[in-house]
Amino acid sequence: MSKNKSIAAIASTENDTTSTSLFSFHKFDGFFQELGELTRFAGNFFKSVIRPPYEFKELMKQCYLIGYQSLSLVAITGFIMGLVLTIQTRPTLARFGAESWIPGMIAVSIVREIGPVITALICAGKVGSGIGAELASMKVTEQIDAMEVSGTNPFKYIVVTRILATTLMIPILVVFADFVSFIGGYLGVNILGDVGLRFFFTQVFDKLGYNDLLPAMLKTVFFGFSIGLVSTFKGYNATKGTEGVGLSANAAVVLSSLCIFIIDAIAVQLTSLLVK
Amino acid sequence: METKQSEITVGLEAQNKVESTYIVEIKNLSKSFGENHVLKDITINIKKGENLVVLGKSGSGKSVLIKCLVRLMDADAGSIHILGNDITNLKAGALNDVRKKIGFLFQSAALYDSMTVRENLEFPLRDFKDKTAEEIETMVKNGLESVGLPDAADLMPSELSGGMRKRIGLARTMILKPDLMLYDEPTTGLDPITSKEISKLILEVQKKEKTTSIIITHDIECARITANRMIIIKDGVCAAEGTYKELESSEDEWVRSFFE
Repeated sequence: MSKNKSIAAIASTENDTTSTSLFSFHKFDGFFQELGELTRFAGNFFKSVIRPPYEFKELMKQCYLIGYQSLSLVAITGFIMGLVLTIQTRPTLARFGAESWIPGMIAVSIVREIGPVITALICAGKVGSGIGAELASMKVTEQIDAMEVSGTNPFKYIVVTRILATTLMIPILVVFADFVSFIGGYLGVNILGDVGLRFFFTQVFDKLGYNDLLPAMLKTVFFGFSIGLVSTFKGYNATKGTEGVGLSANAAVVLSSLCIFIIDAIAVQLTSLLVK
Repeated sequence: METKQSEITVGLEAQNKVESTYIVEIKNLSKSFGENHVLKDITINIKKGENLVVLGKSGSGKSVLIKCLVRLMDADAGSIHILGNDITNLKAGALNDVRKKIGFLFQSAALYDSMTVRENLEFPLRDFKDKTAEEIETMVKNGLESVGLPDAADLMPSELSGGMRKRIGLARTMILKPDLMLYDEPTTGLDPITSKEISKLILEVQKKEKTTSIIITHDIECARITANRMIIIKDGVCAAEGTYKELESSEDEWVRSFFE
């Protein structure tokens, strides 16, 4: 009897293990399916981007909406970034008598890491959610179908233009945010000290080299591309009616932010390898 | 022998003529979603200038039928010929050329939210590079006048009422003067007076532009006003066919129930 019980217990454990592994498998199944669809979506983008007709007018409009209309938000964020970074690091550097390093430290940390990542995250929130919600709304209200039926390629008109616009605009916004951060840093330095504008910016640019600028700029291109790609993918493939609009906007922000961190981690590794 | 040959030739010509009178030929069309067989072996022919109304209960596959006609959905089996083109086998470029000859009025009108009414009407014209700005302006003006909204050009879709949205949607689809118009429940969500106005507008447009129309609806008043011929879909098949009067006095109780 007890033997039977133990056999039953083993069988039950085995069943539990099987069901657990099946559950995990299905979870990964969905992940890989989505990854495959995203890859195909990216493939369609590269195919469509080189084939005419080119939607220049819509591209310009999207560049204006994504770039120009994000300037104020990026400026405020950049300014605070520079100011706070200076105020926070000043006491530590002062303890070692290294206050003169502040401009250089700000320059390298802003240009290499904080500027690109924070600006990209801000844009993932503002631009990514906007694109995700807009496209999802167009999908559920049949506007994308209406475009398709009128003989226009909606993928080219809606998706390609938005991905190109984010890829072009995010690096420009990052450069702008970096510059405004330096101004914030300059003001931060002058709260407790007295440093001339010319001296501050000479120190900033002296400490920056191509090794700092080029990898940072290159990764912002990938940040922009990933924000555009993920947001349009989530919006274009929205389902579940109006509920899907919220889900798409949310997923666009979460996945774009995740992509930014993954790209950043890879970029840091590659940069350190190449610089060596 | 000569007589026989000429008879054959005449016969073939007559056959071709009969075939060419059909703008839409749907043969044995089937469409399923998993285990749900929405359309089963549907065959419909529509003559030039005809207004065909497709009636049916909600979920009977009416909208799926017209979405298959423009390849917004791909049919599982069967063939669809529109204006002499086998839609089911066309490649993207050729399909888009045929689509430009078809107007599709969506249930929600599907106006582009981020564009003004003028931009909505200009949108289908953007591939016609030979048209000057003045010509486009005239076409937009005429389109808006034809639906009775001449002053709506600079409004945004969010500023329009349901009836106005449908009218603008109709103006946008009519701007390319399509040979075939597809209406997906054009009067749904409208009050009876506006519904009647839209139905009359559909008829007016059809007479003026001599288009062929397929109207998907379950609004019996809309069907009465617009239909030359009607089809009722039940369980994925054509359950009844005839004119409004024929179907209204049908012996089938289920068919008659639509008219009560």
